[in-house]
Amino acid sequence: MVFLEFEKPLEKLYEQLDKIKQVGEEGDIDVSDKIKELENKIKSETKEIYSNLNGWQKVQLSRHPERPYTLYYIESICKKFVELHGDRYFKDDKAIVGGIGKINGQSVVILGHQKGVNTKLRQYRNFGMANPEGYRKALRLMKLAERFNYPVVCLIDTPGAYPGLEAEERGQAEAIAKNLFEMAQLKVPILCYVIGEGASGGALGIGVGDKVFMFENTWYSVISPESCSSILWRSWDHKEKAAEALKLTADDMLGFGLIDEIIKEPLGGAHNDPEKMAKTLRLHIKNELGALMELTPDQRIENRLVKYSNMGEFTRITETAKTEEKQKKESK
Amino acid sequence: MGWFKRLKDGIQTATKFKKEAPDGLWNKCKSCSELTTIKELKENLYICPKCDYHVRIGSHDYFDIIFDGKYKLLFEDIVSKDILGFSDVKTYENRLEAAFIKTGLKDSISVAHGKCGRKDFVIAAMDFSFIGGSMGSVVGEKIARAIDYCIENRYPFMIIAKSGGARMMESAFSLMQMAKTSVKLAQLSRNKLPYFSFMTDPTTGGVTASYAMLGDINFAEPKALIGFAGPRVIKETIKRDLPEGFQTSEFLLDHGFLDFIVHRKELKERLETVLSIFNTDDQMEEVA
Ligand SMILES: [Zn+2]
Repeated sequence: MVFLEFEKPLEKLYEQLDKIKQVGEEGDIDVSDKIKELENKIKSETKEIYSNLNGWQKVQLSRHPERPYTLYYIESICKKFVELHGDRYFKDDKAIVGGIGKINGQSVVILGHQKGVNTKLRQYRNFGMANPEGYRKALRLMKLAERFNYPVVCLIDTPGAYPGLEAEERGQAEAIAKNLFEMAQLKVPILCYVIGEGASGGALGIGVGDKVFMFENTWYSVISPESCSSILWRSWDHKEKAAEALKLTADDMLGFGLIDEIIKEPLGGAHNDPEKMAKTLRLHIKNELGALMELTPDQRIENRLVKYSNMGEFTRITETAKTEEKQKKESK
Repeated sequence: MGWFKRLKDGIQTATKFKKEAPDGLWNKCKSCSELTTIKELKENLYICPKCDYHVRIGSHDYFDIIFDGKYKLLFEDIVSKDILGFSDVKTYENRLEAAFIKTGLKDSISVAHGKCGRKDFVIAAMDFSFIGGSMGSVVGEKIARAIDYCIENRYPFMIIAKSGGARMMESAFSLMQMAKTSVKLAQLSRNKLPYFSFMTDPTTGGVTASYAMLGDINFAEPKALIGFAGPRVIKETIKRDLPEGFQTSEFLLDHGFLDFIVHRKELKERLETVLSIFNTDDQMEEVA
């Protein structure tokens, strides 16, 4: 097991538990009461720790090495799944995966950022940082979904789009922009879930949809806390402060009205009970799709337009504007 | 809040703005070090007479060039607000106040309606002098309203990009402006109105990865820096030097992301030509 810094008190309890279990196995002493006591203590301690996480701790959790990634969820929630590869222009990006599948009897296109599960695979997946061909593959799959009237499910988990030389040559900015533009008017339902890290344009590039959800221990921001720290504080040391300032947690995002709902994670985070997390996701997709499929494509596109047009906070400095706003509110 | 009142008064009196172009009597070219008088430089549309370097200019300078100085500013009453209570080494409030005072502008984007040749035209132009031309909620909202205005009146639309990217002090709100502007541009596109994206030095980050790359026609000034990631970040990532001319307008044209590069002196004429070819419904030219 991997314990994060703020989970240290838990590590000790788990160590004690292991020791007692060992004693129980070796000798004739009955330790079942002691085990139960410790297990309860672990549970209450976990609850305590997890109910008071700050921004930076959530960022750490979202990067937990044992956290389930896109392919785990796809394999768990799809009864059938065929992975499809390539953008048809340049190559197959390993940092974004996707394909056709069946969830709860419904054919879907499901795709998402993919991180590697070990050192070797992390390199192979480019740490979940996609190149333009990843975004273009995603769009190709979404267009396929549109043609056959299948809904699209996007799983977001990236530290950002890859800032490489070739990525620029092949139009990283164009690839992301095109996806935003096309997802705005895709005729089929799109559900987006932030399952880990939601960093900047790299996340948004597969993140425009009818509904956007965040798992409980994830974050969504215009920049990672580390990069924000280096730019605004001119040092890497203020990442915790930056994480607070950026207000990047799921609670913050829901409070701002920028996401639709928070998906509860099992106690101790998604990695503590991946199966349960996957089941939660599967049922959630089922419920959401049911409602969205009842709308016409035009209604969904119109709703998306209204949803995103309302995102933004500003002040109006003339009196006429203020009365205008007031009238608008009253007429609602 | 003194600055807030000043801002309000600014609306009632004539719009006073400071040009982004250099003050003082002489200008030393950043590219070739040639000394030129400001007057001479201005008459030359802020282009170095010796080496053709395009000095960074502001939104109102572009409006002057394209609209012959006759235009109406739109949505000037929309200003930024500190939604998050953001504070790094400075508070966002203080950064905003400093930007208002320094530039006399309301935010990093201004929208104007005027005539280019015989055609009505709406332009949203960015100012780098206002917090690095960063994109926050106001940028998204002004672009959204400009698009509504274009749809209502069936005018063609252009955005002049000049930005370091997202405004970090608005965090996810800033990020969502990429989605908001793209969703609105999709609406404009469904209404069959042309959108031109004109990129100037610099155009990077979330601005490039949204409206700057979505033009029916994409074009740029010569030698502008245009990219998604900044050159410094790329260099740190790949741990080697970047090739010469990387992420310039010429590089983007060569790689297929721009339709053409336009010299500032030819900008107005080029736009007039393009606009005369794109017919919007109520401005159909008479058939001979
Ligand atoms: Zn020069």
